[in-house]
Amino acid sequence: MTDHAVTPNLPAQAAGTTMLLEEQTGGRRADAHRRRAAARRRRGVRSVGFHLLLAALTVVVLYPAAWMAMSSLKPSSEIIGNVTLWSDRLSLDNFATAMSGIGGVSFWTFFANSTFLAVMSVIGVVASAAVSAYAFARIEFPGRGLFFAIMIGTLLLPFHVVIIPQYIMFNTFGLVNTFVPLLIGKFLAAEAFFVFLMVQFMRNLPRELDEAARIDGCGHLRIFRSIMLPLMRPAVITSSIFAFIWSWNDFLGPLLYLKRPDLYPLPIALRLYVDQTSVSDYGAQMAMAVLALLPVMLFFILFQRYIVDGVATQGLKG
Amino acid sequence: MSALDSNEIELDTARGTDVPSPARGRRRKNASLVRDTGAGYAFLSPWLLGFLLLTAFPMLASLYLAFTDYDLFRPPQWVGWENFQALFADRRFLTSARVTAVYVLVGTPIKLAAALAVAMLLNMKHRGQGGYRSVFYAPSLIGASVSVAIVWKAMFIDDGIVDRIQQFFGMEPGGWVGDPDRTMPMMILLAVWTFGAPMVIFLAGLKQVPAELYEAASVDGAGPVRKFLRITLPMLSPVLFFNLLLETINAFQVFSSAFIISGGTGGPADSTLFYTLYLYVKGFTQFDMGYASAMAWVLVVVVGLITAVLFRTSKGWVHYSGDSR
Repeated sequence: MTDHAVTPNLPAQAAGTTMLLEEQTGGRRADAHRRRAAARRRRGVRSVGFHLLLAALTVVVLYPAAWMAMSSLKPSSEIIGNVTLWSDRLSLDNFATAMSGIGGVSFWTFFANSTFLAVMSVIGVVASAAVSAYAFARIEFPGRGLFFAIMIGTLLLPFHVVIIPQYIMFNTFGLVNTFVPLLIGKFLAAEAFFVFLMVQFMRNLPRELDEAARIDGCGHLRIFRSIMLPLMRPAVITSSIFAFIWSWNDFLGPLLYLKRPDLYPLPIALRLYVDQTSVSDYGAQMAMAVLALLPVMLFFILFQRYIVDGVATQGLKG
Repeated sequence: MSALDSNEIELDTARGTDVPSPARGRRRKNASLVRDTGAGYAFLSPWLLGFLLLTAFPMLASLYLAFTDYDLFRPPQWVGWENFQALFADRRFLTSARVTAVYVLVGTPIKLAAALAVAMLLNMKHRGQGGYRSVFYAPSLIGASVSVAIVWKAMFIDDGIVDRIQQFFGMEPGGWVGDPDRTMPMMILLAVWTFGAPMVIFLAGLKQVPAELYEAASVDGAGPVRKFLRITLPMLSPVLFFNLLLETINAFQVFSSAFIISGGTGGPADSTLFYTLYLYVKGFTQFDMGYASAMAWVLVVVVGLITAVLFRTSKGWVHYSGDSR
């Protein structure tokens, strides 16, 4: 309530501040000019320092990933305790071992399970979040404010409070060892982040568009499909990428609901692999770890702009 | 309606990226949405159904189960407050609460400080900023994955590369994975490694700070420390609040990395027995679902209290842009 009262004045106040500041700086323009020339001279030196510092940080940040990638190409005996990334004995043998499967189940089965889950998640999340967001952003109905507040509340709710009753529920309906428990939430917009993201995006689309369409006799379904959805491409793309990656990396869900190896997605298969193989076969473990991350890294390289800008504007988590 | 609006504005400004423009404000005031109850609920139905089926009902069910003894096979037995009393007599529960508290209280500030420091560095407007931003963000995308947990374990194990580096610098040898005193620093390092997500949000916030403020401060002779304390921090406080809230809630829910690194046990000596890991052990390996539900509700209450305290105190230190002077 108080925030509501304060906010409408913000732009005016901000503008006032800016004008005042410009007046102050205007009086000392010559001084600022000299300062700027000196700054330009210093900038070259500072730029080198800046890049050295960040390059060092890049090495530190990327090292674990590089170490994983290179270890997957080394013989098992050369992995643990080997700080250097290079080896004379690099080969793809570990990948051959990893892809030969686990306990009679082919690697491609795990890969197919992960892919199926991720693709269905994308479809479910985009469809359900877009439809629900349209209701929040574009239609007035009793209870909307309350439901919106609840939706925001679920963003902050620790999801562990629901996993036990959900498990009991799905178990009762015989849905353990099916993909239903992992996908139903995606089709019912249970991940509020996506709804919130789309509501925010839709609110910034000009309302004149749907007003015009309404005057031409379009119903909500038509407005949603023909006007909103095409304009929401950026939000749809961002949601798809995150829905895919979150599903791909999900561990707890499949851990709870999938107990048969032929249903495992990659992260669970990877865990099984680590538990099963003798401790010394680090090479194959690393190869499998790399394979499990490959699609995520590929997505990141292809869509990094969408991903990073999505985080910047929507505050999404990785 | 007013609840809706205040929520919306709070979150808008909290992200610091969507400052309401005069045009938007005007639109919100004048244009009224079409009132259509039928269509509203029809479009809302996926979310509403999901909320009722997957959140509201399970929450009530778990509240009920928290007061029962239930093992999934026999019908639940009402036991009153017994589970909650048992919790506070359970040494493993207290350990898990302590482990999680240390992780949240130490890990989150370090992660946010790292994120802010790097964001400020990147905001110095040099070339290649976008490239660094992407590279530093990448770990956030994979930090909670099983693959990274396996790599982390391999790096911090006895005779692993961290051990080698320690020995090189003449420090006491030994891996971190098997040392109860060093598993927590290892887990916090993993969290800090994923500083990219809050960094990207900080950076977006820093870009909103008007350069004139810094110029004016320079003219008035303010040094970098004073500028940071008097301009950067207050102007960034909504974003800081947002990051603090989200990172705190996320830190409470860490699971898969601890699960993988400890092999599902929370060891050694329960030093990685995070709250959620113990909840999983109780609920899904010991099938003590009443007890686990009680744990879940304690978590909800604690996280709810922390959220409330953060929101309450935020009135004192979060400045919504414009009224900062």
